[in-house]
Amino acid sequence: MKHMLQQIFQSGKFVTGFVIFVAIVLGVIIYPLVIPDPPLKIIAQGTFFEPGIYVNVYDSINTKYYTLNLDEAAERRIADRLGDEDRQAIQTWLVGNGMAENEIDITNTEQLLDQWFNNFDPTTRLPGMTNADRNYYIRLNNNIQGLLRTEGAVIAEMNEETAVLEETATVPQTAYVNISQVPNVRILPLGTDNFGRDVLTELIRATGVSLQIGLVAGAIATLIGLVLGLVSGYIGGFVDDIIMFITNLFTVIPSFVLLILISFSISQEQRGAFTIAVVIGFTSWVWTARAVRSQVISLRNRDHVNLSKLSGHSITHIIVRDILPYIASYVIMALILQISSGILAEAGLSILGLGPKTTEVPTLGLMMNWAMIYQAHILGKWWAYFPVILTIALIAFSMNLMNTGLDQVFNPALRE
Amino acid sequence: MADKRKSCLSGKGVTKVFGFGRTRTVAVNNVDFDFKEGEVISIVGESGSGKTTLAKMLLGLISETEGDIYFQGEKRDISSHGKRKAYWQQIQAIFQDPFASFNIFNKIDSVLLDCINMRGGGRLPYEQKVEMMTEACSFVNLKFEELTNKYPFELSGGQQQRLMIARIFLLKPKILLADEPTSMIDACSRATILDYLLQLRDEVGMTPIFITHDIGLAYYVSDTVYIMEKGVFVESGSADEVILHPKQPYTQRLINDVPKIYEEWDLSTV
Amino acid sequence: MGKVMLDVRELTTKYITRFGEDVYAVDHVSLAIEEGRSLGVAGESGCGKSTLALSLMGYYFPPLYYTSGDIIIDDNNISGMDPDEVRKSILGREIAYIPQAALNALNPTQKIIHFIEDVVRAHDPTATKQEIYDMAKGLFESLGLPAEVLQKYAVELSGGMKQRTVIAISVILKPQVLIADEPSSALDVTSQKMVIKMLRNLMDNGYIKAMIFITHELPLLYNVTDDIMVMYAGQIVEKAGAHDAVFDPLHPYSKGLMGSIIVPEEGLRDVKLAAIPGVPPNLKNPPSGCRFAARCKYVRPECRVYSVPLREIGNGRSYRCVISEEELRDIYAREAQENG
Repeated sequence: MKHMLQQIFQSGKFVTGFVIFVAIVLGVIIYPLVIPDPPLKIIAQGTFFEPGIYVNVYDSINTKYYTLNLDEAAERRIADRLGDEDRQAIQTWLVGNGMAENEIDITNTEQLLDQWFNNFDPTTRLPGMTNADRNYYIRLNNNIQGLLRTEGAVIAEMNEETAVLEETATVPQTAYVNISQVPNVRILPLGTDNFGRDVLTELIRATGVSLQIGLVAGAIATLIGLVLGLVSGYIGGFVDDIIMFITNLFTVIPSFVLLILISFSISQEQRGAFTIAVVIGFTSWVWTARAVRSQVISLRNRDHVNLSKLSGHSITHIIVRDILPYIASYVIMALILQISSGILAEAGLSILGLGPKTTEVPTLGLMMNWAMIYQAHILGKWWAYFPVILTIALIAFSMNLMNTGLDQVFNPALRE
Repeated sequence: MADKRKSCLSGKGVTKVFGFGRTRTVAVNNVDFDFKEGEVISIVGESGSGKTTLAKMLLGLISETEGDIYFQGEKRDISSHGKRKAYWQQIQAIFQDPFASFNIFNKIDSVLLDCINMRGGGRLPYEQKVEMMTEACSFVNLKFEELTNKYPFELSGGQQQRLMIARIFLLKPKILLADEPTSMIDACSRATILDYLLQLRDEVGMTPIFITHDIGLAYYVSDTVYIMEKGVFVESGSADEVILHPKQPYTQRLINDVPKIYEEWDLSTV
Repeated sequence: MGKVMLDVRELTTKYITRFGEDVYAVDHVSLAIEEGRSLGVAGESGCGKSTLALSLMGYYFPPLYYTSGDIIIDDNNISGMDPDEVRKSILGREIAYIPQAALNALNPTQKIIHFIEDVVRAHDPTATKQEIYDMAKGLFESLGLPAEVLQKYAVELSGGMKQRTVIAISVILKPQVLIADEPSSALDVTSQKMVIKMLRNLMDNGYIKAMIFITHELPLLYNVTDDIMVMYAGQIVEKAGAHDAVFDPLHPYSKGLMGSIIVPEEGLRDVKLAAIPGVPPNLKNPPSGCRFAARCKYVRPECRVYSVPLREIGNGRSYRCVISEEELRDIYAREAQENG
């Protein structure tokens, strides 16, 4: 046993897969301990907030200022606040005023502003320009002038008696707050989803639930397949015929179609994550049963089984002690594949809207479903679906890698 | 004179057919035999002759398609687990490949304890069981203290085959079917294995039946030899008679084709 | 005295286990085979017979590694040569090798003649199909194999026929030396006899100039080869002509081995078979003295301390034991008397 574990952990493939898998599982366990938010809590007003660090504006005003004189600060501020629309308008005006289009680079803020101040004249009326357009440009000019001001922002409070705004403080442009001194800062590494939930918290919980679904589905499928395979392979004859008949029936009907039909026939209210797992388990045992059966058939004529019979052991004893241990490694490998395909099956079902009910827990499939319904992929809100895809891929990848690694250890023909 | 001895295992019209229709194969075809108690019997045949199938039928591991097998003069009844178990107290086997004969997950102790249980010694105090196991191991020149808590595959092929004999020593069956007991072990361990088997015959009163392709081995160990070809016995009789003066062309060819060291090996006959 | 076809001097090769330990499976082995002679290698399983075969061919692929010594085939020193180079230019042309499972080497989906075409073209790309066919047909017929075999698939042939086909193909490039490692162990006695007849045929007709035949079946070896070399734990313990090796062995290990021979011949039933207790030593840390000491009936205190080199006693014989030739013969004679 110890030697076998040693061998398994010498396989590079297995270790890589194992490390990825353990990292995912550890993430699922540790994250809720650090951030105990409920995964389905709606925190954002609005949909698809971008990933980033969210700093409370009100708190930062009341936090102690530090003055930092940084060279690029003003420039960066202006560049950021001069929107694309304004830049285009400037370009239009300049071109209309007779400047060549190729001389204007709207991404170069400094040059653009220079060109604007040198040429703009509020009194000039370009051909085809309406009054409204002229006023727009005058407003734009004022705005730009305002951008360039160096005074601070005034914070005023209303005097309750006189109802007059009174200046209480000014925030200079060189004022900075230390983010660690701001009491309310929320990091949303993966932003929020369409409902305004924190995607990371949701993703981690969903990974946990999906792993559980995979485990339950895989365990059920492997158990059914193992028992049927053992009985059919060892006893043979009529029992074998019956079991193989059922197995062949299930082989002919694509299990995913069966899965869809069963899921569809259970009302959404009754479809918990566990129910889905059980349904997946009951439709995916076929290959395990066939594989176990063929292994058992080759084992049952081995001399060690004959010797066990000659020692007067019962059928149960022989199956459990003389056959099961020999196929254990194989069954473990089948289990790993079943878990990974169980996770994929749940994702497949949920994308079609046949997954578990949406009110209790998130699953990886449900997250994909939501992202799809709210068109995250069309709107370019990558954070709502890409991390989910990546997680599913990583889980499947790590498990298949472990499986291949085990195969190399247990199957001498594949050893390098 | 041989007929006066008690019959221990005999068969009439024993036949085994595998498959049906186009895949129908007759592995053993209507063979009759009468093995007498106390003599050493060899069934010699090349691969595919049906000798292993016959051995498995004799052991009751597979059922015969037709014919009857008689154990100690009475028709054998192995229809239930209990009856099979009783039968297997009387007939045991040693297989060809010692590395495949033991369950690699079971320790040597459990292999031997099974035998004690089989003989109804399950309730004995552990010390007495150890004593029995030690005795069995020392019979084949193994030390139980060194084997306890070890797995069979940690031993060499010869040692495993000896352990197999220790098992037989504990079981003390009436009949022992030895299916190629020495073909997978080295020549210099072969004599030891054969010695132990013949010693068991004398001490326990067991009738050994060798199933082998090695005609030299059959000649060396047995009193009576059966030559099997394509599911039937083509020739049988005392070892000297059959091997030194074969009458059937098949037997003659078989013996002629074995390399010899005293006589010229005639290569021109193939 | 004929030309020496294969000359091996002090060849040592080792396996490196998965745990990094060195196992010297061939330990300072020297041998020379003259043109027209055949050499048999005998010994228990695990004594280095098969490793010797691979080592002689320069076929060093992990975990087998070359350590020291010379291998001279037909005046070519191939020791230390790149194994891929060996595979390309030595195997098949200088040395042909027939492993035990050779009959599984044939591709079941390919006709035998196509396989032969591949083999020949790999060495001579200009050969035409007709030339190859004619050559193969000539070879097969002179070896007593029907030419129809060429047009068959491997699965259509019986085990003995497959093995003989493989042997015929292996000599198609006219190698000097043939190494056969248990070529007939998986076959029934009649097929075995045919294989042996064919090997003898190859030697007699000059298709090959020398042969090494490896087997654990001593009666077979006795009937096939001119000389017999007994190996134990990676070393040669005795070399002699076939008759001497079987009927007058000197080394206690050879003596035991020869005493365990079983043949269906008159008188066998009166012989007491010899048995050697114990198992060969683990070559990860071989004993410092004689490697056979732990199992030897005639062991002396000095045997456990140092080992002696192979001792030449003339007539092409040599053995590795501290006890002198006369003394050994005395011991054996006395023993024979005691056993009646």
